[in-house]
Formats: sequence, C-alpha cells, structure tokens
Amino acid sequence: MANTGWDEFEIGAMLRTFEGEAGDIAGTLQEDRNYTENSSFRASVADWRIEKPVFNKDFCIDCQFCWVYCPDISIISRDKKMIGIDMDHCKGCGICVEVCPTNPKSLLMFPEKADEETEIANWPAKETKEK
Amino acid sequence: MAFDKMELRDIEVWDGNFAAAQALRQCQIDVVSAYPITPSTPIVEGYAKFLADNYIEGEFVMVESEHAAMSGCIGASAAGGRVATATSSQGFALMVETLYQASGMRLPIVLNVVNRALAAPLNVNGDHSDMYLGRDSGWIQLDAYSPQEAYDLNFIAFRVAEDHDVRLPCMVHQDGFMTSHTAQGVKTMDDDTAYSFVGDFKPMNDMLDFEHPVTHGVQTEEDWHFEHKARQHNDLMTKVMPKIQTAFDDFEKLTGRKYNIVEKYDMEDADIAVVCMGTSVETAREVAKEMRGKGVKAGVVGLRVIRPFPFFEVQEALKDVKAIAALDRSSPNGAPGMLFNELAGALYNTDTKALLSGYVYGLGGRDLTKKHLTDLYSELQANVDAGKVLTPLQQFIGVRGPKLQFL
Repeated sequence: MANTGWDEFEIGAMLRTFEGEAGDIAGTLQEDRNYTENSSFRASVADWRIEKPVFNKDFCIDCQFCWVYCPDISIISRDKKMIGIDMDHCKGCGICVEVCPTNPKSLLMFPEKADEETEIANWPAKETKEK
Repeated sequence: MAFDKMELRDIEVWDGNFAAAQALRQCQIDVVSAYPITPSTPIVEGYAKFLADNYIEGEFVMVESEHAAMSGCIGASAAGGRVATATSSQGFALMVETLYQASGMRLPIVLNVVNRALAAPLNVNGDHSDMYLGRDSGWIQLDAYSPQEAYDLNFIAFRVAEDHDVRLPCMVHQDGFMTSHTAQGVKTMDDDTAYSFVGDFKPMNDMLDFEHPVTHGVQTEEDWHFEHKARQHNDLMTKVMPKIQTAFDDFEKLTGRKYNIVEKYDMEDADIAVVCMGTSVETAREVAKEMRGKGVKAGVVGLRVIRPFPFFEVQEALKDVKAIAALDRSSPNGAPGMLFNELAGALYNTDTKALLSGYVYGLGGRDLTKKHLTDLYSELQANVDAGKVLTPLQQFIGVRGPKLQFL
C-alpha cells in the first residue's frame, strides 16, 4: 500500500474498510471479518495512551455497557461475555470505567506501565453507601 | 413525483440570484445547507421558498456560519445527495477551509458564488477578490456574465461535477449586484427538459451504502497525501476541460445557447485584445465594437472557465495578437494581478510576441466605464505602433488621486 502510485488510488480521500461486500458485519466476529489492508483494524491506533483500563472478571456482570460505549471497539466480547481489552486499539479514554455499573467497578484505569496481575490482586473493596 | 411542477414562460424577467435559485429547483437539489450573506442571500431564500411551496423534495439546513454551511454540504454529499449552496465575500473566506475538504473528498457540490469585495474596509459591492481567493482550492470555477448565464451554467456545473470521471465540486461565479440584482430577460427551460439535462444523481461510494462501507476524509500523512493530491490535480488538468466542452455542446443542442471555454469576441483579426471576466466582458465588447468603427482592430477574450485555467484555449485565442491587457478586478496586494500572472505563464513559452500589460479596475464595485476602456484600447494601440510596452506593467483604472502605476 505504501508504494501505490497516484493513478492506482480510488478517487477521494477515502479508504475501504472491508474487501468486497460487507452484508452481515454485525453477525461476523471481528477476527473473521474481511478487513482491507489499510483498515484501522489491521493497524494500531497510536501509542499515545498513558493510562490503560484493567479488567477484573470477578466483579463483571456481563452487562456489555463498556462494549456499547467504547469508541474504538476495543472491548473484546464473545457470546455476550466480556473477555478483555484489545490494547492495540484502546487509546485509554476511560469511558468504559465511567459506564461500568458494578460495585466495586470491574474496570479501572491504571498507569500504562502498571502490572495487571498486581493491580487485580489489590482491587478496591465494595463501597458502602452512607444513608 | 410528489412535488409540483412550475409553469414558466419562455422568457422570464429574473435577476442573477433568482435565475440561480430556479436552476437549483429544476435540478431538484436534495440538500441546501446555507448561511445568508449579501449579495447571495436570495439564492438560498429562493430555494427555501420553493421547498416550502412543495416545488422541491429536499432538506434545508440552517446553520450558524458559512464554515458549517459547507461542512453540512460535505456531509450531505458524502451521504449520497445532490447538494448546492451559495455564498459571497467574507462567507466565502470562512468557507475556504472546508472547500479543500470538499474537493479532496471528490464531492460534486455546486457553490454559487456572488462575487463581492473582501474587508477591510467593509464593502458589499462586487469585485473578484473572493473568486481569486478560492482559485487553488481544487474546485472547478465557471464565470457567468449575466442572469441568463447564471441560470445556464448551474446546469452545466452539475453535469460536469457529477460525472463519475470528474467528481469534483464546481463554483458558478456571478458579479455581486451587477449580475445578481439586475433583472434581465432569461430564456428558460421547462422543468422536465432541465432535469433531463442533469439527470438523476448517481452516488459513488456514498456513506449510506451499508454493503460497501468506506471511511471518508481519512488521515494520510506523508505516506499517501501526495498521491491523493497528484490524482486530484491530474484529473483537473486532463479530464475536466473535455467534459465541460461536451456539456457546452450538449447544452447548445438542447437550448441553442452556445458557451465556450474561452469567449472570443472579434478575435479573428484582432491586433489588440482585452482579457477579462464577469460583467466587464460585456462592456469591453461594446467598446471593442466602437473601436472597430474607428478602424482599430480590437477584440475581447472573456474567461468562462477559470479553474482549471484554459491554457491551450487562451494560447489559441491570443496567438496572433500584438498587445494584450489583463484586467484584474481584485486587489493584487504586492504582486501583479492573478490574470496577468496566469496569462504571462500561459504565453511565456509560446511563439507570441504580444506585449502584455496589467490593469487593476473596479475594486469594491467601482464602475468600469466605456471611457476607461476606450483609453485602455488607445494605450494598447500606442504600444503596438511603438513595438514595445510604453506603459508600466501594472496600472490602476479609475482610482482617485495621483496616477498609480508600478513595475
């Protein structure tokens, strides 16, 4: 793609996301989709993330809120079960943590260099509401 | 069709703005996204009225600035609709950032530009400053000299812009107040004939095609940016002129009204020629006819297509001329006028021995009178008789105070 000549481009500043037709994309798993070479799924977004979300499956209720709200489709979900986070595409915005309804939250933001297993071991306890 | 047809007389008395609005109605624009600005306001007002009266099935988007107006047009066009809008002067200047988006994304938007001076000082009257401002934005630019041409060129603009080989946005220029607010007899087409000339809109890679999803207006950086721009430039330089010529020919077959990429008047045996744009072409033709009566072989070249610049047509039109005056209706601000520069560029490597001089006239709506043009032709004739340029390269016509001349 990088060495494509000017006369080989399709006109307009546009890129195709999928090779050929894309009829049942919603019903196709991400890894089975026929992405083009230049689609953002094949390339990482950028390395500007300074905080990353860490997922603790002990508290997750599989509500899928994070999957719905993630602007970069970086929440990996299979058969409506939350599995983890696609760190190639996550830019660390923290929206998933904001929308997570569990107590304590099953997603929290940690510095990029933090070790996931250590943080999950020291996960905060349930907050009690004062009446 | 769900909308009503409008019965038009063969000749209607329209000003340039209303003529353009009628053309937009007959092309059945899907979306107009606009912000009003003098003197182009009546174009989109006219469209809104036709929409309210059920003459059009479409959408009028009211926005908070011209920047948003063109952005709305870009979104609607990328989504797969036939889109047009209108602007002038400061509004055009505010649009410039998005004009590059429209041409880079190859969206066939039609923009009616009613030419007006740029502030400061603030001025609502006509000159070509805004036309010159957008000349590198990758749009096709057509110039109308009268309401009739403002009406006709809109159809040609849609025809050329929406051609799938071209897919570039197109501006139709007319002079502020001179054309836009002067009512003249306009020969009309009936609704079906007019619509059949432009045909149904055929979207290409539109965003609402869910079977073939695409990302519009992508970021490319140094990897691909140059190639995209090179393709756009190539298409402007090689593909657009033949399509415009074909559209002019088809339009002549349909209506009998003939347009040329370069409008030549009395140029067959002309010794001296004035090259200009807009309403001044008609004045120059009048004066050229009078000069012919006095035995001076005077001619006029009017540019119909400004971008892409008609290099070969201009070279052909001016190849036997001995002296040329380029008339720029824009404040050059530190250089010869744009038309002077481009004529010089177009003629430099040809065999022409023509003496070229530049004139700046009519800024902010100042009149260009027949007296001015008579004097100008006399100066050109004096240059021809002397065999060299006696006058400076750049002069100002009709400005008060001591004579201004440079270079």
